[in-house]
Amino acid sequence: MDLNIAGIRLDVTEDGYLTDVSQWNKEIAVEIAKENGIELTDKHWEVLYWIQDQVKNDVALSVRGIKKSGVIDIKEFYELFPGGPLKISTKIAGVPKPKSCI
Amino acid sequence: MSTKVKKMLFILSKATIENAYAAFVMANGARMEGIESEIFFTFFGLEAIQKKKLEHLHVATVGNPGMHIPTMLGGLPGMEAIATTMMKKEMEKLDMPPVGEFLEILSDSGCKLWACKLAVDMFHLNKEDLIDELDGILTIGDFYSRADQEGCQLLFI
Repeated sequence: MDLNIAGIRLDVTEDGYLTDVSQWNKEIAVEIAKENGIELTDKHWEVLYWIQDQVKNDVALSVRGIKKSGVIDIKEFYELFPGGPLKISTKIAGVPKPKSCI
Repeated sequence: MSTKVKKMLFILSKATIENAYAAFVMANGARMEGIESEIFFTFFGLEAIQKKKLEHLHVATVGNPGMHIPTMLGGLPGMEAIATTMMKKEMEKLDMPPVGEFLEILSDSGCKLWACKLAVDMFHLNKEDLIDELDGILTIGDFYSRADQEGCQLLFI
């Protein structure tokens, strides 16, 4: 699938996740966030960068990992990314959709 | 694609670890998808929210064909403990949290946790015996009234 964001043609999966992480930049993140009804704050960015680090280091993302992250607690995570926090935050961070059930 | 399920209501009636985790994983999975979720703990399911018992739930080794051991062996002393230790090891490998931590995660995720009033009375329990994250003690009628919108599903475990 193709998606046009910030004047750039992006390859995305059916769910709207970037297929090529190198295409990601801050402008694109802002646009994807907007589509999900989220205005990105400093705290959002902190979480997004943390998520990107985890993926770079091959750590599987889970809500338990969020609890242990030291960056954000679970309550805050749900408040920042309402309606499916891990799904939405990973989409904005430009990383693949997490496969964990937990 | 958005789901038509808006709210999942679980009734956990058993104390075996596999049933408790089934409820927890589905309730947590619902929250992760933006679906509301609540768990009503009744009868032996109450063991999962009793401070003194929740870390001591066991796998059922008797009457559980999935264990693939003869029923008579499953009934030998220590079999449940061995099977439970093995299962907990496997769950830890998958980063599944222990019961107490899972309940914290659920509560922090906005999953409501309720105890059944009838069962609490029957087992002579007090609020102090139950986890701090508990949202309250309800009658089944109160719990039904939580199914207050289109797209609610009730699941008995």
